[in-house]
Amino acid sequence: MVRFQNVGMRYGLGPEVLRDVSFHLPPGSFHFLSGASGAGKSSLLKLMYLACRPSRGLISLFDSDIATMPRRALPAVRRQIGVVFQDFRLLDHMNVIDNVALPLRVAGAKRTEIRDHARELLKWVGLDDCLDALPPTLSGGQKQRVAIARAVISRPLLLLADEPTGNVDDTIAMRLLRLFEELNRLGTTVLIATHNENLIRRAGRPRLHLSGGELTGPFHGAAAGEEGRA
Amino acid sequence: MFWSHRDLALDSDPARRFLPWLLAMIVYLAGLALAGMMSLSAAVDRWDSGLSGTLTIQIPAATPGNRDTALPNAMAALRATPGIESARALSAEETAALLEPWLGKSALSRDLPLPRLIDVRLRKNAALDIEGLSNLVRAAAPGAIVDDHKKSLDRLIHLARTIEAAAIAIVVLVAFAAIATVVFITRTGLALHANNIELLHLIGAADGYVARQFQGQALDLALRGGVIGLALTIVTVILLGRAAAALGSGLLPAVSLSALQWVILAAVPVAIGLIGMITARITVMGALRKLP
Ligand SMILES: Nc1ncnc2c1ncn2[C@@H]1O[C@H](COP(=O)(O)OP(=O)(O)O)[C@@H](O)[C@H]1O
Ligand SMILES: [Mg+2]
Repeated sequence: MVRFQNVGMRYGLGPEVLRDVSFHLPPGSFHFLSGASGAGKSSLLKLMYLACRPSRGLISLFDSDIATMPRRALPAVRRQIGVVFQDFRLLDHMNVIDNVALPLRVAGAKRTEIRDHARELLKWVGLDDCLDALPPTLSGGQKQRVAIARAVISRPLLLLADEPTGNVDDTIAMRLLRLFEELNRLGTTVLIATHNENLIRRAGRPRLHLSGGELTGPFHGAAAGEEGRA
Repeated sequence: MFWSHRDLALDSDPARRFLPWLLAMIVYLAGLALAGMMSLSAAVDRWDSGLSGTLTIQIPAATPGNRDTALPNAMAALRATPGIESARALSAEETAALLEPWLGKSALSRDLPLPRLIDVRLRKNAALDIEGLSNLVRAAAPGAIVDDHKKSLDRLIHLARTIEAAAIAIVVLVAFAAIATVVFITRTGLALHANNIELLHLIGAADGYVARQFQGQALDLALRGGVIGLALTIVTVILLGRAAAALGSGLLPAVSLSALQWVILAAVPVAIGLIGMITARITVMGALRKLP
């Protein structure tokens, strides 16, 4: 599903923020990505959702090397990846249901189909009472759930979440974890970046650990993740 | 209209509110230039068809020879020349009426010596040697001037072509101004909404999807501006036409447009709408290509 081989990355001419990162996420797996603030978690995810290119090394997504994918093929690849951004990135001028439906619209789905689906999903994350609210009027936890609903609405093959429980208390964090697990049961490969050790412990899932831009810990290396098959 | 969803809040961009007004002025300028050009070329056509195939022979008031025999002699010479359909001497009253717009009634009534004029019509396709005819007429009536209108018509046509070229230059410059305006406004929009555009890009929007939002908006705004500009043009052309008709001296070309010419004027806002749409698309597609 996702394979990194000796990947390095830098912003502009700055220092490498990721060095020699190698790992493999098998289809249907569920991993955490842990590490202190500034360790490079968000940067690693950006590489995976094709917001940045590596400065060296090989990345393959869905069994193809991203360096050789033609540019016009990228939108279709991106639609297979659901992302919960660290800062949500909701469209402030659009109500909750339209925000959630955005990935389907972008993919060209039918209008009625889109709305029904979005409504259903918002119920699933417990937001069915604020479909018409605008994001600026929502609490941090509510925005987070809208962002999650938007990330999963198109049933992506790969779900990437960047600190999805950063703004909520532990009870809600556990509820969100259940959402991700349910999605994983339906076949989606999940990677959650977090520094919430408590959450990782309670989930009992394997983790990739970043420290100073390098992958350390139990699953470092090419064989990483084989044990993580869900 | 051409876009069902507005994923980007382009409407709120302050610069966009000015776009229809800027484009309205641009369309107004282009419309006036076009209308001026078209009514002028209609006038030139009228002069051309009215004057070709005709000659005017003028026997000046201060003729060196005998004034009374000059006219009949010239007429006789003309009748003897093959290729001439008709020759008619204008009466003194007719001549006065022709000169009135230039000189005014009072000057004419003061017993001003007037030249005598002969209106000559040529047979169709008659290959007449103007030089030879000129010599012939001058022999019959010394001092007579044969005017085939070619020189004055050529000068008029040259003037008209110059004005036409200027009008085309205005239309081209104004089109560039429209393109530059739309590029500027679109770039502003791209910068203002860079975050949301990146989001659309990351969730898998193709470049064309993002471009459609901009081009739909640009078409809408440019059409609006175009309609305002066209309305101003129409009002101006009608007012100018009335003013010229009131003057009524025949000195000015009539400011009136044919049905086809009105259609051409009406196409200006459509053209500006398309220019706006295509410009916005090219600008956005170019900018998006820089995203990873
Ligand atoms: N856009 C950027 N430009 C330059 N440096 C950046 C940028 N984003 C992150 N960094 C740097 O990259 C390193 C890793 O950051 P990040 O991936 O955000 O870590 P984490 O998500 O684990 O907190 C940090 O040193 C950070 O300062
Ligand atoms: Mg981060």
